Amino acid sequence: MNRMSVDDKLGTNMFRVDEEHAHITIKQEKVDHKEIHKLLLACPAHLYTLDEEGGLQFSYEGCLECGTCRVLCGKSLIKDWDYPENGKGVLYRKS
Amino acid sequence: MKKGIDKWDAIVVGGGLAGLSAAYEMARNGLEVMVVERGEHCGAKNVSGGRLYGHSLEKMIPGFAKEAPIERRIVRERLALLTEDGGTVIEYGSDRLDAAPSYSVNRSEFDQWLARKAEEAGALVITGITVRELYMEEGKVCGICSDKDVFRSDVVILADGVNSLLAQKIGMKKEWDPEHVAVGVKEVIKLDSQKINMHFGLKDGEGTALMATGYVTGGKIGGGFLYTNKDTVSVGIVTTVGDTEHSEVAVPEMLERFEQHPMIQPLIQEGKVVEYSAHLVPEGGKKALPALVKDGVILTGDAAGFVMNLGFTVRGMDLAIESGRLAAEAVLRARALGDFSQASLSQYETLLNESFVMRDMAQYQNFPGFMASSHRLYDDYSQMADSLLAQLYVVDGNRQDDILTKAARAAAKVGLVNLALDGIRGLGAL
Repeated sequence: MNRMSVDDKLGTNMFRVDEEHAHITIKQEKVDHKEIHKLLLACPAHLYTLDEEGGLQFSYEGCLECGTCRVLCGKSLIKDWDYPENGKGVLYRKS
Repeated sequence: MKKGIDKWDAIVVGGGLAGLSAAYEMARNGLEVMVVERGEHCGAKNVSGGRLYGHSLEKMIPGFAKEAPIERRIVRERLALLTEDGGTVIEYGSDRLDAAPSYSVNRSEFDQWLARKAEEAGALVITGITVRELYMEEGKVCGICSDKDVFRSDVVILADGVNSLLAQKIGMKKEWDPEHVAVGVKEVIKLDSQKINMHFGLKDGEGTALMATGYVTGGKIGGGFLYTNKDTVSVGIVTTVGDTEHSEVAVPEMLERFEQHPMIQPLIQEGKVVEYSAHLVPEGGKKALPALVKDGVILTGDAAGFVMNLGFTVRGMDLAIESGRLAAEAVLRARALGDFSQASLSQYETLLNESFVMRDMAQYQNFPGFMASSHRLYDDYSQMADSLLAQLYVVDGNRQDDILTKAARAAAKVGLVNLALDGIRGLGAL
């Protein structure tokens, strides 16, 4: 098997993306490098990244809805964590 | 919506194995039951490693494997103790495994099947609706709220999974301690069924379950797994959430590392990834269990934390099914009394205590702590097996010691004192 990027793996999934509403929001103004580091390592979908200024970037579209980020940083960097709107989000077919 | 129902006998939140088992059992006994599932279909949000121990479902639906969409019946158990460049693999096969069969399953299909069974029994299964609030009256749970509507019921069964935001909202459980929950990441890899048979030495319909420890998660708590399905293979890793920040690699890399490992890679070569999933796994054992009942509400399955990870076996689905069935039984008893208070619903706890669920959870209640305090299980034993077997199998013309001397030398590497301590602690935990 060839090595695949996480983005490519996410590309194999079916998502019903909710274009209007992000089900997870983060506190971008907060800069706590220890907490940021946790998210960079733990998110299975690699949705947390650093921008050029070292700020935390997050995109919810490829979210696998596992809850790891909320368990780790629910009191620090995660502002709100909820399930996507009715029927939206990831749609597993083969797992 | 069934016409004329302004109050349900029971509403189940979550159409996974726990919720659907509860619904099936209640509907079969004549109750008006509604299941509300947030996924587009039941199973659409659900992820398991992929092996169902069949005993509890067999009790509820005898002979289920003949009609349910199972992938393969597991006839081979493999334990892989991995080092960086190789490892030791133990494979077990025996007719004894037939006495209590286990099966690899695809939850997306399997849960839809159980949803149909619940519907056939008379339950209403609604999908694509996220329940965000429970409906409360005077501190008692009396139904659910969705968008604009309120649906009333005598009792609500929460089967909303490991995150159970609803149980958190009504104070039945706290947010997970990162040390008490693991994250699992899995790929489903498409592979021709004949190739699977060849790679694993299987016949049609037969399957292998592989659990791996050691190098997988870089010595951190956790391990890898591999289950053969019909024409796919499920490959994944599980690691404690609280441990991830001390890891040298990110969680997705752990899976990559596992798949590229020389003992694993040949098993899945020529395969193509067709799905990538992630899910939390309760790991706290009995000591981390939340309140299981409150006025008008019962907690089941992953929401209650009913998972046992012993390293060589991981069980969740069989516990979910049994807890759902027992929740239904408790509701039937409460209904006979016309009393859905916490005291009345505590029948559920009694039933659980008399069942294998609590017996097994209690038997292994110290095991999670033992696993956490003994990283040796994850790494050193792989090294020890490696150094022993290398001495056995490397023939280079130098003097060959007897096997006991070799074993002693291998044990010395880990430290005999540590080994003995692990043994004592491990036995004490079981």
